[in-house]
Amino acid sequence: MTILQFFLWSVLKVAVVTVVMLLGVAYTVLLERKLVGRIQNRWGPNRVGPFGLLQPLVDGAKSFLKEDMIPAGVYKPLYVLAPVLSLGCALISIGVVPFGEPKTGPGGLDLFEISNVNIGLLVILGITSIGVYGIALAGWSSNNKYSLLGSLRSSAQLISYELALGLSLVGVVLVSQSFNLRVIVEKQAEKGIVTWNIFGGFQFVAFFIYLMAAYAETNRSPFDLPEAESELAGGYNIEYSSMKFAMFFMAEYANMITVGCVATLLFFGGWTSPFGNLIDPPQNVFAHALFPMFWFVGKVFCFLCLYVWVRGTLPRFRYDQLMRFGWRFLMPLAILNIVATSLWLAYR
Amino acid sequence: MASAGDTRILQAPPAEGAKDQHMVINMGPQHPATHGVLRLVLEIDGEIVVRLYPEIGYLHTGIEKTCEAKFYQQVVPLTDRINYLDPMSNNLCYSLAVEKLIGLEIPEKATWLRVLLAELSRLNSHLIWLGTHAMDIGALTVFLYTFREREEILRIFEGLAGQRMMTSYIRIGGLSMEPPLDFLDRVQGFINMLPEKIDEYANLLTGNPIFRNRLKGVGYLSPEDAIALGVTGPVMRASGVDFDLRRDIPYCGYEKFPFQVPISTVGDCWSRYEVRLVEMRESIKIIQMVLDGMPEGPVKADAPKIVLPDREKMKTQMEALIHHFKIVTEGFTVPAGEVYQAIEAGHGATGYYVVSDGTAKPYRVHMRYPSFATLQALETMCKGRMLADVVAVIGSIDIVLGEIDR
Repeated sequence: MTILQFFLWSVLKVAVVTVVMLLGVAYTVLLERKLVGRIQNRWGPNRVGPFGLLQPLVDGAKSFLKEDMIPAGVYKPLYVLAPVLSLGCALISIGVVPFGEPKTGPGGLDLFEISNVNIGLLVILGITSIGVYGIALAGWSSNNKYSLLGSLRSSAQLISYELALGLSLVGVVLVSQSFNLRVIVEKQAEKGIVTWNIFGGFQFVAFFIYLMAAYAETNRSPFDLPEAESELAGGYNIEYSSMKFAMFFMAEYANMITVGCVATLLFFGGWTSPFGNLIDPPQNVFAHALFPMFWFVGKVFCFLCLYVWVRGTLPRFRYDQLMRFGWRFLMPLAILNIVATSLWLAYR
Repeated sequence: MASAGDTRILQAPPAEGAKDQHMVINMGPQHPATHGVLRLVLEIDGEIVVRLYPEIGYLHTGIEKTCEAKFYQQVVPLTDRINYLDPMSNNLCYSLAVEKLIGLEIPEKATWLRVLLAELSRLNSHLIWLGTHAMDIGALTVFLYTFREREEILRIFEGLAGQRMMTSYIRIGGLSMEPPLDFLDRVQGFINMLPEKIDEYANLLTGNPIFRNRLKGVGYLSPEDAIALGVTGPVMRASGVDFDLRRDIPYCGYEKFPFQVPISTVGDCWSRYEVRLVEMRESIKIIQMVLDGMPEGPVKADAPKIVLPDREKMKTQMEALIHHFKIVTEGFTVPAGEVYQAIEAGHGATGYYVVSDGTAKPYRVHMRYPSFATLQALETMCKGRMLADVVAVIGSIDIVLGEIDR
């Protein structure tokens, strides 16, 4: 395969994944609004299209058409860069996520994954960390007190919870003995649900920590302090309008999806069926290829629903309580989990 | 342009060595957690509140002054608009004050219905408090749940008065008209359903560690401060001052209904939450007692020169028509004198001070509304706490800006 071919194929894959991801983001917003609506004794959007299915598209169009204001006092380069950085990082990290069973297409290209990186897990962690800059810079460059407070909170929160997040994944890495997401999934594939890392690998504590830290990482309820509608009136994104605001919004939901993907890959056996080898995969070529995708998407969907459910139920932490929770509870617990997992692996 | 509030806080010298560290932040009047149009000027050190100055007046309506240009009976609709979340209590307090001045006897049934309506109104007020308080803390769902129940109260009010919020149903001399036939059944249905719903809210909030941590130990108000600052109602009772006008200076026949006055000695946001939840349950009990013993009889006093006649009488009897014409065009005169009447509304002690010079219009109507006094205590409660606590405290003191800017 020539360089040109490789390049073209890669661009095609990236384009497909990006479009799917953005659609996913749009419909995650709809899912959230619908589900939270039901939780809160109302209907959610149901006017645009059947069941409100066209709502996300209309919202997107609206964001495009809104006037894009840049307030006078902002530091323009960073002010413009921040939302791009946020959304960019949120979209890039999906690049190393395998969506389905490894299949090679023409010229030895991986289908169902943009690139199979040996240290995929680290790449995701790294890119998510860069995403923090988006929020921090947005708050700082906006030249607004509420934004500043929001971004200060956010930076502190993300840095603290990143530690717990990283440490919680060490257990999984120890069990799987690899950073490669594909290998991690394949290790769990054997007997379905029994061999998933969360059950078979005894990583439920790690999953719990990951869940908490991931909520904090994505600034979602109950850790939505940087936005804290009732205190900071929107926080870091208060001075943003039109598409720039929408980009922050999309970044948040893209991060949710990424976090859901990572949780699925690391703890819930990725694209593998929960029944392991008990059920034969369908013989039809297309069905055979799409069967793993079905499980993958299904698991991520459940994870997203959990997100929404939590948002519909829990109040918000206070800043100092959040930090205490992260440093005094999640961190030691994560370290304990690493020690316990190591001991278990050593004496198995 | 800097307003008086700004300059006052900005002119005060910052603490020694803190000149570059403190930030003055403006919260409101367009802010989701300030319950209307409250504006707070905060001086913060990081996230710690150093000073706080509530800037009021954004909802100033001049109601007190307007009252002086209205006939006595025309003041009733104005009172609705002061505390728009607790309309019946406003009506009740004003009517009681004027009735005291005239020396009017109110029929038994009207009194009982007034108690029922005041308690329903208190439930309305407390439901909104719970919803908005929870929403400020971040639990949006509870807000929509409480509004679901509040909707039923509003429907009951609509059935009574034709208006959901601005009821003007309690008038000088009784009620504006007989309640509809299904009224008592609807109230019974509502209070049968409500305890379960309160359990539902409590399920979502009371056991929730995040909610507990946000409220416990936050916004402490000592009983001495509460009395010194004129704080009343649930906030004062949560600080350990055992005082409830309904029990201690009974009005409108409250002495007939034995009920518990919930007290807490802790004085933080959590105790205010607990006190109000118990108060809601007590209100339900009072309503049940009223429903069980509802007497028969008229709902208007027998005072043709003060109370508007029924429509039917007006069309059949000449005196009634004359009285109606006189009341509407000239009002009724009230003997010269002054009176103060206080009641326990949802937010605390509400009082009307009415001065009459013997004409058909009040010489002065001064209103004492609890939120105004409670807001004074905000700085005491918030000083040295975090910014997020300010929101929790504002939610827990349950203020309505209509009460503050009259």
